[in-house]
Amino acid sequence: MEYLKAFVVGGLICVVGQIILDTTKLTPAHILVIFVTAGVVLGGLGLYEPLVKFGGAGATVPLPGFGYSLAKGAMEGAKSKGIIGAFTGGLEATAGGVAAAIIFGYIMALVADPKTKN
Amino acid sequence: MDNLNKKDYQKYAERKIPKPTYFKNIILAFIVGGLICVVGQIIRNTLFKYGLDEKAVAAGTSIILVFLGAFLTGIGVYDKIGKIGGAGAAVPITGFANSIVSPAMEFKREGFIFGVAAKMFSIAGPVLVYGVGSSIIVGILKLLLTKGR
Repeated sequence: MEYLKAFVVGGLICVVGQIILDTTKLTPAHILVIFVTAGVVLGGLGLYEPLVKFGGAGATVPLPGFGYSLAKGAMEGAKSKGIIGAFTGGLEATAGGVAAAIIFGYIMALVADPKTKN
Repeated sequence: MDNLNKKDYQKYAERKIPKPTYFKNIILAFIVGGLICVVGQIIRNTLFKYGLDEKAVAAGTSIILVFLGAFLTGIGVYDKIGKIGGAGAAVPITGFANSIVSPAMEFKREGFIFGVAAKMFSIAGPVLVYGVGSSIIVGILKLLLTKGR
């Protein structure tokens, strides 16, 4: 059941992206930026939390989930450490993913070459 | 074929007309995006089994998914998934990893600073700028609104 919920919620978030992609001139890069920012705004308003509770990884794995983590971290930081926490909280909460993206991205780019077949 | 009447032919022809591709795109985005999230859920549940707390599980899941996205991009598989899944492959965090590795590989010949390291962030950079930037605003707003009470 948990997996089904993750599948449906995650799938639907991607469908929203696909509809924007097919009906507007926006590129995937635009979608990613819009989705992260939307996740931050929805997270800040407390509207994304129920989706995470319901969909689990289906809500946290797509990029709005990244935005949600940023917002949640910043708000928790602000609560516990004040203004400094508002600056540090978001990146603290997402540090694992960001650091992984830097190191794995760099290593893969070094060892692999673009595949230009077909 | 000769004994096909008009109605049957129309039915036959309708079946052969390509359906609008965006319907197909939506279905594929749903399936591919959904499956990636199921993989994420499997990783989450596995990490929980090892007794990690919520924060560690969230970080660990991101790290593993980013690794998978980067690795599959490096071996040329993620681009194929992307061709099938469209936004279903781009929107999950694995797509974020893909957006880092793809340009970094491509611009390797421009050097390790302005090629690999700079191009890694051609898409991830804006995502972080808007994501982190807006989260700081949210944090400050939270502070102002709760202090006011």
